[in-house]
Amino acid sequence: MIVEDTLNVPQHEELAEELVYRRPATLTSLHTHYCPGCTHGVAHRLIAEVLEELGLQNKTIGVAPVGCAVFAYNYFNCDFAEAAHGRAPAMATGIKRVLPDRVVFTYQGDGDLAAIGTAEIIHAAARGENITVIFINNAIYGMTGGQMAPTTLPGMKTTSTPAGRDVELTGFPIRMAELLARLDGTSYAVRRSLHNPAEIRKAKKAIRAAFETQLQGRGFSIVELLSACPVNWNMKPIEALKWIETNMLPAFPTGDYKVLN
Amino acid sequence: MAKELLKGNEAIAEAAIRAGCQAYFGYPITPQTELLEHMAKRMPELGRAFVQAESEVAAINMCYGAACTGVRVMTSSSSPGVSLMQEGLSYIAGSEVPVVLVDVMRGGPGLGNIAPSQSDYNQIVKFGGHGDFKMIVLAPATVQEAIDLTAEAFDLAEKHRHIAVVLLDGNIGQMMEPAELPPMRPLPTAIPDWALSGNDGGPRNVITSIHLQPEELERFNQKLQAKIERIRAEEVRYREYMLDGAELIVVAYGTAGRVAQSAVKMAQQQGIPVGLLRPISLFPFPEDRISQLADEARGFLVVEMSAGQMLDDVRLAVAGQAPVRFYGRMGGMVPLPEEILAEIVKLDQATAQSSAYHMKEQAQRTESR
Repeated sequence: MIVEDTLNVPQHEELAEELVYRRPATLTSLHTHYCPGCTHGVAHRLIAEVLEELGLQNKTIGVAPVGCAVFAYNYFNCDFAEAAHGRAPAMATGIKRVLPDRVVFTYQGDGDLAAIGTAEIIHAAARGENITVIFINNAIYGMTGGQMAPTTLPGMKTTSTPAGRDVELTGFPIRMAELLARLDGTSYAVRRSLHNPAEIRKAKKAIRAAFETQLQGRGFSIVELLSACPVNWNMKPIEALKWIETNMLPAFPTGDYKVLN
Repeated sequence: MAKELLKGNEAIAEAAIRAGCQAYFGYPITPQTELLEHMAKRMPELGRAFVQAESEVAAINMCYGAACTGVRVMTSSSSPGVSLMQEGLSYIAGSEVPVVLVDVMRGGPGLGNIAPSQSDYNQIVKFGGHGDFKMIVLAPATVQEAIDLTAEAFDLAEKHRHIAVVLLDGNIGQMMEPAELPPMRPLPTAIPDWALSGNDGGPRNVITSIHLQPEELERFNQKLQAKIERIRAEEVRYREYMLDGAELIVVAYGTAGRVAQSAVKMAQQQGIPVGLLRPISLFPFPEDRISQLADEARGFLVVEMSAGQMLDDVRLAVAGQAPVRFYGRMGGMVPLPEEILAEIVKLDQATAQSSAYHMKEQAQRTESR
C-alpha cells in the first residue's frame, strides 16, 4: 500500500509570492491516519525535513514500530522495513551491519521501545550501534486504545489503570533518554517536546544532530520527543499540548543527557 | 579438496561462509555454541557481519533486518533458543525474506538438558510461529550431510524467499567425522530488486508483514500457500537403504536414522526383510514415497529421539494401509542398534501373526491382476 509520490512544486518564476513552505520530498503525498491533535505528524515532518536538508533521501532506510506509527512507511518516501513489536533496534542493527554506509533509523513509541523492546534498545545503545532512534513518548498505548505505558505518569488514568496509576502496584515511569545516556555506546541522548513552536524548532535541531552523529560514525543516537495523544488522554488538542507542559515536562524534563563531540 | 576431521557445528559454520553467508547473528547455547564461535572468528576476517545478540529474540530480528537487504543471512541456536525465535520466524515468513536457521536440538521440555534430542520436530516442522506457513526443513545424519545441506539451505531459502532450517540433534553438532568442505563461492555483485538498499536510483521498497484488510491478507496467504505447495512438489529429499524386497519399513531421520541403518543391517543378516527410509527433507515430507511403500509393506517402525513427533506424519502418509509401530528414546537418550533390532523383530512377529490380513490382501491383488 504505497502511494507513489509526485511532488508538484510550482515553477518559482510563475509565482507572485515567494514559496516559503512545501512538503519535503522525503514525505509522500499520502494523508496520515493519525488522530486530530496527534503530534506524530509533526515528528514525521521534522524527520523528513532533516533527511531532505542533509541530502539523505536516497541512502536512508527506516524501521517502523508496532503502535500508531506502524504505517510510518506510507508517509516517509524512503526504503522502509516494518519490525515486530519492540524489535526495531535489532532489525536496524541487522540492516546497518550489512549496509554501514546507509543511514538507518527507527521510529518507536513508548510501549514499543520502553516495555516490550527494552532489551533491544538497551543493547543497541550498549553496542554503540551506529543508528538513530526517534522515540515518541506520549505516556500511553495509543493503537490499542489507551492502556498504561512504561512512561505513564503516577496517578494518570488509562484504560488499564482506571483509578489512576498506582505506583505501589504498577511501579514508576521510565526515563529512557537519561537511562540510555548512561551507556558508553550512546553518543547522543536528548529529550525534546512537541508542545509549542519554539520546542518544535529545538526538536528539529536535535533530530538533525542525531542524524549527524550517525553520519559521523559516532554510534548510537536517540531523540525522545514528548508527544500528545488527545484521543486517549481524553482531551482537546490544545488541552493536550498544555498537559504536556504542565504534567509531562516535570516528570520528563527536556534536556541534553549526553552529547559527545 | 581433501577430507578433514571436522566437528559438526564448525563444519556447518564454515559451510555457511563458503555458501556466501554475509551476516550471522546468534546467542550462545549448548550444544550449538561452537558454530557461533567459528562465526565470531571467521566472519570479521572476511569483512562480513557478526553480532552476538542479547537474546535469541534479538538474533532472529537482526537476521530479519539483514535479510531485508537481500544478502545471505543465518542464525543458529538450540531448542529453548529456537522457542524464543518463533516470533521472528513468523514475521520473516510473512515478509518473504530468505533466512537460514540451524537448530542443534537438545533435550526438553524447559531447560531440559544439553544431550542430543529430536523433540523439536513439531516446533520446527509444524510450527515456526503464528500464521499459516511451513518452513523448509533439512535434517542431516552425518557431518558431510550437514555441510551439504547447509549450502543447499541457502539456495532453497533464496529460491523460495523463505526460511530454510537445518535441523540436527546435538550428536551431529558435537561429533567429529571426516568430511569435505566445498570451495568458497564468490559473493553476488547485485542485490535482488525487492531488497532494501536506501533507494539509490530505483523505486523505493517497503518490507512489511502487515495487511490490515482481510481481503488483502487472504490474497497474501493464498500466495504464500501456493509457494508452500511449490516447495512440497519440488523439494522432497530422502535416502533409502535396503528397501528392495523389504516387507518391513523403518522410518527414522538424523542420528536415529543412522542408528536404525545399523539395526536394519543386523536384521537383514537374520533374514528379516526390512529396509530403511530416511527422510532428509522433513518439510516437505516424503509422504508420496511412504504412501507407495505402504501399498506393499507388512508394517512400519518409526524410530525417533522423542515421544513420537514425526510419527504423526508417517501415519498420515501410511493412511491405515499398514500397522505403524513406534520406538522412541527421550531426554537426551540415543537408541542403540540392538534396541531398534529388538523392535524390528517384534514388528516382524506381530505382522507375521496377523499376516492372514496381509496374505488376503496379496491374494486379492494377484486375483485382480
